[in-house]
This record gives sequence, structure tokens and C-alpha cells, in this order.
Amino acid sequence: MSFRVIDRADPGNPWFSWDYVQSNSETILAALREHTWLTAQAVLIAALVAIPLAVLAYWFRPLTGPILALSGALYTIPSLALFAFAAPYLGTGTATVLLGLVLYALLLIIRNSLAGLNQVPAEVRDAAQGMGYGRFARLIRIDLPLALPGIFTGLRLATVSTVALVTVGVLVGHGGLGQLILGGFRNNFFKAEIMTGTILCVVLALILDLILAGLGRLLTPWARRRGAAG
Amino acid sequence: MNPIDQAVTWINDPLNWTNPGGILDRLVEHLGISAAAVALGCLVAWPLGLWLGHSGRGGGAVVLVSNITLAIPTIALLTILPLTALGFGKPPVIIALAVFAVPPLLANAYTGIRQVDPEVRDAARGMGLSGGQLLRRVELPLAVPYLAAGFRTAAVQVVATAALASFVNGGGLGQIISAGFGLGISVGGGQILAGGLLVALLALVIELIFAGVERIVTPRPLRRTRRRVARQADQRAAAAITGS
Repeated sequence: MSFRVIDRADPGNPWFSWDYVQSNSETILAALREHTWLTAQAVLIAALVAIPLAVLAYWFRPLTGPILALSGALYTIPSLALFAFAAPYLGTGTATVLLGLVLYALLLIIRNSLAGLNQVPAEVRDAAQGMGYGRFARLIRIDLPLALPGIFTGLRLATVSTVALVTVGVLVGHGGLGQLILGGFRNNFFKAEIMTGTILCVVLALILDLILAGLGRLLTPWARRRGAAG
Repeated sequence: MNPIDQAVTWINDPLNWTNPGGILDRLVEHLGISAAAVALGCLVAWPLGLWLGHSGRGGGAVVLVSNITLAIPTIALLTILPLTALGFGKPPVIIALAVFAVPPLLANAYTGIRQVDPEVRDAARGMGLSGGQLLRRVELPLAVPYLAAGFRTAAVQVVATAALASFVNGGGLGQIISAGFGLGISVGGGQILAGGLLVALLALVIELIFAGVERIVTPRPLRRTRRRVARQADQRAAAAITGS
């Protein structure tokens, strides 16, 4: 209890301070920009790798096990270890951070995309085949659009967890808002800086998630109608 | 010397193992922190998850907890908790890690109870079992495979995340990596890589051990189907996070 009293009596280190935010708006905005940019790049690259892999696993059943197992094994590797593996080769730059982030996002996107693709009803697939669709045409016109809800679930999960994970990049000097969080800790435990970084992180995750959710709704009007009917 | 040679040299130096703050010390620290965090997570998440599942309420709460936890950076909790009334030392680190162990434990406990066949539940009630007896004697045993799957996920996740405790000098194997970064890539490159290998290896070993434990506690007739189902429950809990 005594701690709390001391906390309140000490005006020098509050949990949140507008003064700090205003006088350091440039640093904060730079960190936020880096954070957003790293997240966007990582999720985009991960999606470009993961969705074709999911399609591969969907087309060739024997590949499903190895692809899921490999991405699952990657997921077990602690984030710090991933950065440690990459750093001696890629140096302490954004490349190291990006590699770690992409590898983590892969599993979430692959697993959910594959689940989405596998949910395409067999009758629909048969009908498409009967109408003379080839494998590629069916994938583009039928399978992928119907799997969009699954793909978007994966993208949203990957985005939210990537936003949280970017902060670990602070170890190699590119952690976006992580710089504020750890910076505050190292800077005589400056709480306002830590809290600002944390709050912005959570808010950023929330906003990106909402954007993706909205995009998903726009792209799948049929799911919306079904949802309204049911 | 390339980083791999450097790492091999570093690992082969016996002093790096036995020195104070060497690999063995850090390993013991790492496992101690992780075990305490998982135990604390179980203590909170299991009773809550079982009760929510038993009463059939709170599906939304489970999703909400997972949702929020996913968005909070581990580093944020690790840096914030020591500055509260908890003070510095091991307790804040353990609590921070326990927070990240809660979602898989909670989701699997909840799903484990919910998946019990309603007819089985009715039959038990028909035999005159009270609510508490139903939970203890029927629902809980049937949920064990799910609890085990959640425990495994949580344990691996905590061991992996515990490496981050090094950011706040909380100990553990991550400290080796952080120290390496402190030396700079050219000097500490080998140590960074060696630390990474050790942490990854530990996570993998824990994963394998608990995969075995999960298999043992699942009654043989349930193994085939339940293992797959429990894995799906993890996925579904993850999918539920985004509300789809």
C-alpha cells in the first residue's frame, strides 16, 4: 500500500502525461510510423508467401502435412531466438526484424487460408469442374473468393500478433513503439513513455484489425447477406 | 570466422556453461520462471474455464480475454509490472508470462467442457448427480484431453516467451542473447547465435516432452479422434478471437 501513496505523491513520474506526448510528438510519431510500416510490410510479405503455400497444400494433399508441420515448427521458435539467428547474417537492421515477423505470420495465414479453402463445398467444386473450369480458373474464380473469410481471419490474427511482436525488434534497434516502451524502462523507469508506447501499440492493433475486418466484409458481400438472413 | 564457427567455439567453452550467469544458471532460471508462470496461469484459467464451460456462459468472455492478450506486447507487460506495487525481481516477470499462458488454458478448458455430449450430461443428471458432481465426475474427466492440449500450448508458449524476460534483466536463457547484442554483432555474434540455438532447442524439447505427456493422459480409445479435435479446438479458439 505504501508504494501507491509514494506513487501519487510523486508528480515527476505519472503513468500518463500529455506534456510528455506533446513535447515528444515527433519521436512518438516516428516510432508509430516505423511500427506501422514494419507491420504492413511483414504481413504483406507473409501473405504473398503463405497464400500460395496454402493453395499448394490444397491442391496436393500429401504436401499438407509437411507444410503445416514446418510452419508449426517455425512458430515454436522463440521470437528472440529468431532475431538471434538472423542478426549475425543480416546485421542489426530492419531486414532482421522483418524476417522474424514474416516467419511468425506465416503459420497463422497458412493455417487459416487452408481451412478456408477446405471449406469450399464439394458440390461447388464439382459444379465448377462440370462447367469446364480448369484448375487455375477454378482457383481464381471459385476457390479463393469462397475462402476469403478464412484468409481474412488469418490476416487479422497475423496483423494483431505482428503489431505486438514488432516491439521485440527493439533488441536490434528497430522496434517501432517498442523503442518507447523499453526506452522508458531504461530511462529511469519513465512510466509515461512506457504507457504511451503500450497504448499506441494496442490502439494500432485495434485499428488495423478493424480495417482488415471492413475490407473482408467489402470483399465478401455474400457472407454478409447470409449473416443477415441467419 | 563465420558466426556458426563462433557459436560452436562459444558453446564449447566450459566456462560459458559453469560460470555464474552461465548457461546452466540461466537454464535453471528459465525453467523456474516458466514453471511458476504456467502454474499460476493454470491456477487462474482452469477453474474459470471449467466453471464458464459448466455454466454455459462466458463464451464471449473467453474470446475477449484472448483478443486483448494477443494485442498487448509482451515487452509492455514485462516493463510495466515491475513499476507497480509488485516491485522488481521474479514475481512481475512470472505474472507477465502467466498472462500470456491464460488464453490457451482458458479456451481449451472452456471448449473441453462444452464438447461433452449433452446426452451424457442428461444421463448423469438423470442418475441424480448434482451440478458439482456432474462437473467433477463426468465433465472434467472427459475434458482432460483438451486440458492437456491447452497445457502443452501454454507451456511451450511460456518457455518461448520467457526469453524476453532478459529485456528487463529478468533472467533466463534470453539473457545470453541480450548480452551478445550488448557486445555488438562482430564480437558477440557467436554468443547471439549460440543463445538463439539454446532457446530454440529448449522450446523444441519442451514441445516434445509435453506432446508425450498429452498422449499419456489421453485415454487410449479417445486418442485418435480427440487429439485431432483438441488441435482444432486450439484453432477454433484462435479463429474465435477475430469473431469469425
